[in-house]
Order: sequence, then structure tokens, then C-alpha cells
Amino acid sequence: MSFFVETFIGGLLAGVMYSLVAIGFVLIYKASGVFNFAQGSMVLCAGLTFVTMRDRGIDFWLAGLITLTIMVAIAIAVERVVLRPLVNRPQITLFMATLGLSFVIEGIAQIAMGASVHELDLGIVDTPITVGEVQVSQFDLVAAATAGVLVIALSIFFNWTRVGIALRAIADDPLAARSIGIRLQTLWQIVWGVAGFVSLVAGLLWGARQGVQFALTLVVLKALPVLIIGGFTSITGAIVGGLIVGASDSLAEIYLGSLLGGSVSTWFSYVLAVGFLLVRPTGLFGDAPIERI
Amino acid sequence: MAEPILQLRDVSLSFKGIKALNALSFDVERGEICALIGPNGAGKSSLLNIINGVYRADSGSVSFDGERFVRIRPARAAHLGIGRTFQHNALFRHLSVLDNVLAGLIRHSRTTLIEHAFGLGRDRSETRAFGRRADEIIGFLDLARHRDRVVSTLPYGVQKRVDLARALVGRPSLLLLDEPMAGMNQDEKREMSSFVLEANRSFRTTVVLIEHDMSVVMGLSHHVVVLDYGRKVGDGTPEEVRRNPDVIAAYLGTVH
Repeated sequence: MSFFVETFIGGLLAGVMYSLVAIGFVLIYKASGVFNFAQGSMVLCAGLTFVTMRDRGIDFWLAGLITLTIMVAIAIAVERVVLRPLVNRPQITLFMATLGLSFVIEGIAQIAMGASVHELDLGIVDTPITVGEVQVSQFDLVAAATAGVLVIALSIFFNWTRVGIALRAIADDPLAARSIGIRLQTLWQIVWGVAGFVSLVAGLLWGARQGVQFALTLVVLKALPVLIIGGFTSITGAIVGGLIVGASDSLAEIYLGSLLGGSVSTWFSYVLAVGFLLVRPTGLFGDAPIERI
Repeated sequence: MAEPILQLRDVSLSFKGIKALNALSFDVERGEICALIGPNGAGKSSLLNIINGVYRADSGSVSFDGERFVRIRPARAAHLGIGRTFQHNALFRHLSVLDNVLAGLIRHSRTTLIEHAFGLGRDRSETRAFGRRADEIIGFLDLARHRDRVVSTLPYGVQKRVDLARALVGRPSLLLLDEPMAGMNQDEKREMSSFVLEANRSFRTTVVLIEHDMSVVMGLSHHVVVLDYGRKVGDGTPEEVRRNPDVIAAYLGTVH
């Protein structure tokens, strides 16, 4: 039993970190109706910038601040150069633009900072804590707590502030929102800036766990089942989806892995997501799109 | 006499070769209620869409409050003081009535993002003031009972009032109403008329509205502009328009 609990808790903790990446997608999806393919590149870019500065001996907090500034600058540039000229174009056009953007960001980040694997030490001790018979990784706990605090802060910010009202207004009816004076451009800059901040935190946590390297862009692939299960338009959905994916992945690995020859966790969540697509295509908390006739 | 708040000069618009508006010119005086009438497809909604920047006129110009433009963006129009409602309720359907109304105040916010996120500086007093103004309008339009309901759960007639509240809360100097009484019964129409009249009187809001019910138009407006196939066929007081032979022809067909 304690083994089950241990696996389950470990899965949930990993799940919070999936939620963190998924929230970046939800914000941008709500504001501009596009699946931002460049989210993974932003995570890589943030992680790489931070670790490069740390390697050169720059103070932890200063490096964080500079990286954040760079991420916000990228957000503003993306809005000006990529999104603004594409206003009112079909969603697929915007999606292709973010696909292109991902190559640009990855390319520039690697030209500037190299493609080697960097080790990132956040100063978190990784000795397991024992509670009763259950062992939990201390790093996972701290990472999950950080992600959890961020997730809660973002939900509060986007549920209770005017920015949140504006975001939900744009998501519900963009034309009406603009007609009452909500500036789409400003909102996009804010949302991309926040997504940049989320990328920074995700880049640090994931980077510390598996090294800052090109593979960081692949966290996007883990966010996809999270979004399909939770729904593309809901922050709550991203949290719940992340927990489901994390827990089911690690449980499946343990209990199905031996039967199916291992590495079940690499594909299990996608099978789960396909199941959700069949039963509940909008996800647990997503909205069914309504076409006006 | 003061300068008209809205002046349209030779405004034309076509969609793929079909002329929706043909060299249209008229003035709207400050403080009046101006009704746009005409058969379906006469170009009334297109005209509102040009005034608040949803469409761009092919030629001609619009002057609002002394500022002349050919092309304006909807958000900019709102910031200048042009409010509007929509023919098909374009409300934020997942938001409560209060949040819909608060959304109408966002453009008046003067606090920075950082102040707002952390509740610093002017933010608290601004948030309080916004809450007060929203509640004022909600009370004014008799929506207090529905204040915290999600709008998609409300009956159609109430949604129309929420749309008006959202437009009115920002105190626009010009309010464009696209069929505010469509699909309403006589009682609801009477109620809506009195709200429009009251807004016009107490807030000194100039109103341009599209309406099909002639008894409503005649009772409510100071000024009536009649459109037919994108041309202006009548422009004057309700009395003048009622007697205008071109208007009668447009509405009832010519006697052959």
C-alpha cells in the first residue's frame, strides 16, 4: 500500500510541473485562440539564458531578473512583429506563425548560448524525506510547491482582476471586447509576458531536474495530453489535467510497465487523452465552441 | 448652434461590388436621439459599424467631436467616447452581469499593471470607484436582482439590458444602439424606451439607434434618418419624415 501511495504522490508532484507548462498554453489560447507551439522554445530559451548567466558567475536573483526582462521583451516583440500583422487571420495562420517562431527562438538561443547540456543547480537538496513508510523526493516537493504557488497566484490574478475580465471578455467575444475599448494588443503583450514568466519558472524547474538542453522543448509534448484532458480554455483544467497525467503516468509505469515491457509513461497519457477526445472532446473544463448561425 | 457631435460626409461602402452605402451624408446634433430606419438590407448596421470602426468606409469621412477620420479602430472609438450595443447580443456569456459591466470600465483604468496586480497606490480607490459606478448603472437599468448571475443564463430581454449597461457604464458621449428592442414584446419595448430616454436625459448621451417599430421610433426620437438601398431618402423630425413621399414609397412601395 505504501508503495502505491509513494508512486501516486510522486506522480502528482510531477503533474504539478506539467500543469505549470500547460497554463502558459491556456493563457495564450484564451487571448488569441491559438495553440502556441513556441511555448517549449520559450522554456528552453529561459532556461538557457539563466544557466548561461549562472555559469558566468552572475548572482542567482540578478540572473533571474535579467532572464525575466528578456522573456518580457520577447513577448512584446512577438506581439509587434508576429501577432499584430496577423490580426483577424484564420487560427491556422497564427498556429503556423508560432511554429515558425519556435524555430527562430530555438535557433537564436542556441547561436547565442550554444547547444551543449548545462547542469543547473538551484540549491535544493535532493535527499528523500520519509513520512511514515512513504518516501518523497525533496526536490519534487519544492518544485511542486513553487509551481503550485505560481498556479494559484495566476488563477487569482486571471480570475479576480481587470486583466482577467479583459482576457475572458476577449475569449468570449473579441469584437464586443474591442468595441468597449479593450486593447487586444496590450492584452496580448501582458499574456505573452506572463507566459514568458511561466516559461522561466518551468525552464528552471525542469532544467534543474534533467539538465538545460534542447530536449526541454519537448515538455510541450507532455502539455498536450494535459490540455486535451483538462480543456484548452481553463486554468483549473490545466491544474487538474496535469495532476491526472502525472499520477496516471507513474501508476501505469509501475503497474502496467512490467506487463508491457516498460516505458509505459512515455505514451500512457496520450492514450488517456485519445480516450478523452472520444468521450469528452472539450476536456473536463473546456468550453464547447458555439458557432453563431 | 453648437457643432454637430457626428458628421458623415459622402460615406460609401460596398461588399464585393454590392453597394451597401452610397455617398451618405447627415449630421447628428449633440444631445439628440437619432433613429436610423429603413427596410432590411438598407445599410443601417453597416453604418453603425463604420462609425465605431468595425468596417472601413471605401470613401467619405466621419467626424466625431471635431475629430475627422476615415478609418478608426473599435478600441480607439471607445476611448474617444463612442459606445455601442449589438443586434445579436454580443455579451461575454461566461461572465456575470457585474463583470460584463465592469469590462465596460476597463478603458478608464489609469493604474499600471503592477499597481493593479498588487493592489498598490491608486488601485484600491480606483477599484472601489469602478464597483460603485458599475452598481449605479446596474441599479439604473433595474438589473440588481441579476447582478451576480452569469449572463448566458438570463432571459433575452434582460441580456439586452446588460448590453446597454455595459455600453453606458463608460459614459460614452455617443451611444450606438443596434436594434435594442428586437424580439421584445410591447411591455419590454416600453421599458427599454424609457431606459434609453432616461440615459439620454440624465447622462446627456447622444443616441443613434436602429429600430423597426415605428411607434417606438416616433415616440422616442428627435431626429429620424431613413435609408433605402444604401441611400438617404429622408432626414428630419419624426413629423417631417412621416409625411415625406419618398419615405412612404420606400416603406409601402410606389403606386404604379
